[in-house]
Amino acid sequence: MDDFRSRVERERPYLLRYASLQLRDTQAAEDAVQETLLAALAGEQGFGQRASLRTWLTGILKHKIIDAIRKTSREAPAAGEDEFDALFDERGHWIEMPGAWSDPDASLDQKRFFAALELCLSRLPVKTAQTFMMREHMGLETDEICKELAITPTHCWVLLYRARMSLRECLTKEWFGK
Amino acid sequence: MMLSCREVTRLVSRGLDRDLGFAERVKLRVHFAICDGCTNFREQVAFLREAMTRLADRSPNP
Repeated sequence: MDDFRSRVERERPYLLRYASLQLRDTQAAEDAVQETLLAALAGEQGFGQRASLRTWLTGILKHKIIDAIRKTSREAPAAGEDEFDALFDERGHWIEMPGAWSDPDASLDQKRFFAALELCLSRLPVKTAQTFMMREHMGLETDEICKELAITPTHCWVLLYRARMSLRECLTKEWFGK
Repeated sequence: MMLSCREVTRLVSRGLDRDLGFAERVKLRVHFAICDGCTNFREQVAFLREAMTRLADRSPNP
C-alpha cells in the first residue's frame, strides 16, 4: 500500500505541469493535483493494473481541472485578474502609492478607532467578510475555512486579499485621513 | 525577476495565511528596499491583523 502511495506521489510533478498548462494558475493547479492524489489514494482498487498509473491519474486530474474551471468561473475571477487591479497601472505600479499612517498603534487605544474598523468591515461583501472574520477574528487556518465554506484555497486567498485591500483603503479614508 | 507592486500586495496578503518560500521572501525584501508604497502597505496589513486581534479580545460591541 505504501508502495502505491509512493508511486502515485512520484507522478506529482508530471500532473502539476499538466494542470498548470491547463489552468495557468499555479495555486489552482496545485489544488487540482492535490485533490487528484487524494482521490487516487482513496480509490486504489479502481486502478487495478489495467492502464498505466500516469494515464489513470491524468484521467482523474482532467475531471478536477474541469471542476476548477467551473468553480472559478462561478465563484471568482481567475487569480490573474481582480477588481483591485484598478489601483495599479498596466505595469503593476501603484497609481496612488499608499502613504504612511500616522501612529497607528495609538489608534488601538481608542474606542472610536474600533467603530471605524467595524464600519469598514460592514462594507465588505458577505462572503469576503465571512472569510476574513474566520481568518482574523476566529483565527482559523485557511484550510479549515475552505472546508467550512466549501471553497478552494485559491478562492479563499482571493477573498482574504480583497478584504485586506478594501479594509486598508477604508481605514485610510475613514480614520487615518481625518 | 522583479515583482510588480500588484504582485507584492498579493504575496504580502498570502504571506499572512501561509509560509512563503525562500525565493518569495527574497523577492519581497528586494522590492521593499526600493518601494515605500509597498513598505507602507505591508505595515498596514500587519497592523490590520493586530487591530483584528484586539477587536476579538474586546468582546462584541453593543
